[in-house]
Amino acid sequence: MSLSDFLQRATSRWMKDGGPEDDIILTSRIRIARNLQGLPFPILQTDTHADEVIRAVQEAVAAEAVAKVGKFEFIRCASLSPLDRQVFVEKHLISPDLAEAEKHGAIALRDDEAISIMVNEEDHLRIQCIMPGLRLEDAWHLASAVDDALEQSLLYAFHEKFGYLTACPTNVGTGIRASVMMHLPGLVLSGNIQRMLTAVSHVGLAVRGMYGEGTESNGSLFQVSNQVTLGETEEEIIGNLSSVVHQLIDHERAARKALLQENREALEDRVCRSFGILAYARRMDSRETLQRLSDVRLGIDLGILKGVSSGILKELMVMTQPAFLQKYFHEELAPGERDIRRAMLVRERLRLDDTEVR
Amino acid sequence: MLCQKCHERQANVHVNKIVGGKMSATHLCEQCAKENGDFLTQFAAGNPFDFNHLLSGLLNMESSPGVSPPGVVAPAQCSTCGMTYGQFTKIGRFGCPDCYDHFAVRLDPLLRRIQSSTTHTGKVPAKSGERVKQRKTLEQFRREMQEAIASEQFERAAELRDKIRELETQLSE
Repeated sequence: MSLSDFLQRATSRWMKDGGPEDDIILTSRIRIARNLQGLPFPILQTDTHADEVIRAVQEAVAAEAVAKVGKFEFIRCASLSPLDRQVFVEKHLISPDLAEAEKHGAIALRDDEAISIMVNEEDHLRIQCIMPGLRLEDAWHLASAVDDALEQSLLYAFHEKFGYLTACPTNVGTGIRASVMMHLPGLVLSGNIQRMLTAVSHVGLAVRGMYGEGTESNGSLFQVSNQVTLGETEEEIIGNLSSVVHQLIDHERAARKALLQENREALEDRVCRSFGILAYARRMDSRETLQRLSDVRLGIDLGILKGVSSGILKELMVMTQPAFLQKYFHEELAPGERDIRRAMLVRERLRLDDTEVR
Repeated sequence: MLCQKCHERQANVHVNKIVGGKMSATHLCEQCAKENGDFLTQFAAGNPFDFNHLLSGLLNMESSPGVSPPGVVAPAQCSTCGMTYGQFTKIGRFGCPDCYDHFAVRLDPLLRRIQSSTTHTGKVPAKSGERVKQRKTLEQFRREMQEAIASEQFERAAELRDKIRELETQLSE
């Protein structure tokens, strides 16, 4: 299979399509946690409990109400190979925790992969909607529609005072986690990022690396999300996050402009150097790949590089992850071997574009 | 900031050492810091800064003497799933939805610390929300019935009793 065919088939909508502010915002994500009344949370689940949850969700997903929101496939984690589960993690469709829940976990996935419903992760259900660019409201409306459709067949654990009950009290209430993945190379290069991120954390938002909790940031990619889930409405939570994100976008744009004016040569050198390495290197670890891709993407956004598709960062940051690489090359690869194949894949991908370095 | 050792990668490990009253700062990338090794060991072992530890830290703070509200005796165990409050403070996760009611008295101070308030104001599910509303009405009717009996308005009390029965059957469905 050619690389372009593979890309067409293996990528999710969010990896291919653009959206508002997508020079800075890669994706918007909404995740809502729900639990079923009368059953222990997954942490105390027996096999019977887990099956009960899976059966109930599977039936709910198959019902007509959910069919109106899209075509879903229901998959038990046990039926997936560890490699396939890891590919789902790398595509942000499921969490690393669910990938490990081999026995009790399941996933309902809409055909365009914009919606995934994780079953028996930390909570019975985690409905996730992911969209390219800054589209938090759209993602919320879609996730909420799936939630409403599911609720027609499921009885949720809902408390008059505490709202939707969740295994962890940090999710109780709305159960919502809204997050955006931002590419902020301007703020990183100009040395302003730490100040910005500290300010962000002071207004009740969390900043994380690209694969969520506990992961470090790399390639100037940051995930900003709400912390508070109780006491504010979903709209307020999303509104707060949006307004902070808009401010970060303004700062990032200003930083890029200043870099271009004051350090044009250094910036062009960095961008072109990274492009050269991506286009010719024979071994690349994932960390360097991400950093170089981030530079190239910045170069595209600032008009330094022409002809390279701007989706390249989003596409390759997922495609060059270990499981995806092994999926593409159809074989198990040791870490050292991965670096060689990763460089190969990146070179191949860059050749699909008609690049022109200005 | 670039790593002071390899001068290639971003420095993301920052070490401040104070020796003999003099402070020195070292900025390294993760790889070089790993190679440097010595001062990293204290962070690597068991990673004590993960989220669960932070949360259980908060929980334990609350249960420490002098901080918990006086006169409040919280149940030690959830009668539905058997999770004890001690277990909860260790893992930071509840065992079942009923834990919220069983541990309700201890929950408010915790929620005030980790959330912006203790009361949900967002979305209400259509079906489960309807049940919540019905339960509220049921409690209201029960109170009114007691009042009616106390003031010897027996006709009114009988009316309320029928309404209560109707609601009870609906809720038990």
